[in-house]
Amino acid sequence: MESNSTLLSIQNLSVNFGGLKALAGVSLDLHPGEVVGLIGPNGAGKTTLFNAVSGLVDVESGSLRVHDLDRPWPKPHDLVDLGISRTLQGVGLFPDLTVLENVMLGATKFVESGFIRASLGFDGRDEARLRTRAMNALERVYAAGIAHRAVESLPYPTTKRVAIARALVSEPKILLLDEPAGGLGAQDIDWMNGLIRNLSENCAILLVEHHMDVVMSVCHRLYVLNFGEVIAHGAVQDVRQNPAVVAAYLGSGAVSS
Amino acid sequence: MGRLLNTILIGVSGGSIYSLMALALVLVWRSTRVVNFAQAGQAILSTYIGYVVITHTDNYWIAFPVALVAGALAGALIDILMVRTLMKRAHSGPVAGIAPVIATLGLLGLIRAVVGMIWGGDLRQFKLPVSNHGFTFGHNTIPFAPINLLIVVTTVVVMLIFSLIFQRTNLGLSLRASAYQPEIARLAGIRVDLTRTIGWAFAGAAGAVAGMLVTPTNYLSPNSLDLLLVSGFVAAVIGGLESLVGAAVGGLILGISLALVLEYVSSSLAFPVAFVVLIAVLLFKPSGLIGAKRTRHA
Repeated sequence: MESNSTLLSIQNLSVNFGGLKALAGVSLDLHPGEVVGLIGPNGAGKTTLFNAVSGLVDVESGSLRVHDLDRPWPKPHDLVDLGISRTLQGVGLFPDLTVLENVMLGATKFVESGFIRASLGFDGRDEARLRTRAMNALERVYAAGIAHRAVESLPYPTTKRVAIARALVSEPKILLLDEPAGGLGAQDIDWMNGLIRNLSENCAILLVEHHMDVVMSVCHRLYVLNFGEVIAHGAVQDVRQNPAVVAAYLGSGAVSS
Repeated sequence: MGRLLNTILIGVSGGSIYSLMALALVLVWRSTRVVNFAQAGQAILSTYIGYVVITHTDNYWIAFPVALVAGALAGALIDILMVRTLMKRAHSGPVAGIAPVIATLGLLGLIRAVVGMIWGGDLRQFKLPVSNHGFTFGHNTIPFAPINLLIVVTTVVVMLIFSLIFQRTNLGLSLRASAYQPEIARLAGIRVDLTRTIGWAFAGAAGAVAGMLVTPTNYLSPNSLDLLLVSGFVAAVIGGLESLVGAAVGGLILGISLALVLEYVSSSLAFPVAFVVLIAVLLFKPSGLIGAKRTRHA
């Protein structure tokens, strides 16, 4: 599962919000085929790390390597070109667009005939290509049947699938999933577990999740953040026995469960 | 009956112009969430450029596309030079919502002043591209003339083009996404700044078309399109400010209402009626009469 190459490597990442240190010297690696969990209490800095990688917050210091190449911290619209996709903590869809339109929005990197020409619809092949890719992505999350529904009419668990489909449509090698099981019932969480395992066959996944059942079930390695710092990292079994992690986040029940 | 039909036809012609101005306002609102008071200034600048081309070529049909391109460029430049900076520097705090709106008001004054400095305040007239003598059926000549037909047909074509762009193309999808949730659109790989600039350019072009269509039956001066701006706002609000179809319908409702008041009540009441319609819509149906339409099929 783990290889020598590194898909995503973050070194000494620090992010400040005014006087508050949101992240302080965080380092993290993600290898091909891995599902790596990023856990910690609320406010630990998990989503801030995703936002830093996504270009949504300014980075104070730190370096980034993607596919073994040094990269500047990207702008948000550069992310898909780097082979990275992310989902958002909520759902992050456009409620007044259809499911298909929401997913097509993630596929614009495949437009071949030039921005203006393709955008204005002069090249029907591009439109057809994006539509096909969007339908394929929806099939991967078993949501092709609802392609024409308006997102605002969908139940919450289904919107989670659509959000993942939009992340998948750009064919990422690195997938950042921000609380994919948040707000789901037990049955949907089981389904999400299976989906994450399936997805990891094609891309490495960095997972922020509060449902420990999901984390323990699908992750190969864990990083634990607390107050913006990594307090532990390693294999799942090692981390869940770590006294510092138990004290800060998991609680004593986690060790015995 | 004939009088009523004629009045409605003239209302449709006037309403078409209002629809175009409303369309320009809706395009900017949908792409950047800015109420653009400078739209009248952009339209007047484009129309003066069209006027210059007409005086040199004596050909309205050469001036029309030149004005259209000038309007698009002016719109794009305003977004790049002013709106982008405002949105970055005044994106939070009490000024965030109002700063771009106030800035567009200031820009309207600036453009008017610059146009006045270059071309003076004299009233100027265009050569008519087609006749303004009403169509004749047998022995009856109606007020509806070829120029009115030109206005209506051009408006329908422009509306169809923009509707197709918004509902059937990737750019339309990107424009809609960029307006509502720009950060999410960026994460999906959309170049939001470029997309919004295209929205401003489209609006500038639509405003230029309105200016070039209304001026031949009127006159041209640095503030000759101010009333059109007000009418465009009223039409956009009637249509719900979000919808292209709403802009078209809003313009027609306003145009026909004004024509009926002019013909059957009093010409002095036409201007107040526009505001009565505006306030009535805001009081009883603040979301407008028409909602945004969505469609895309696999």
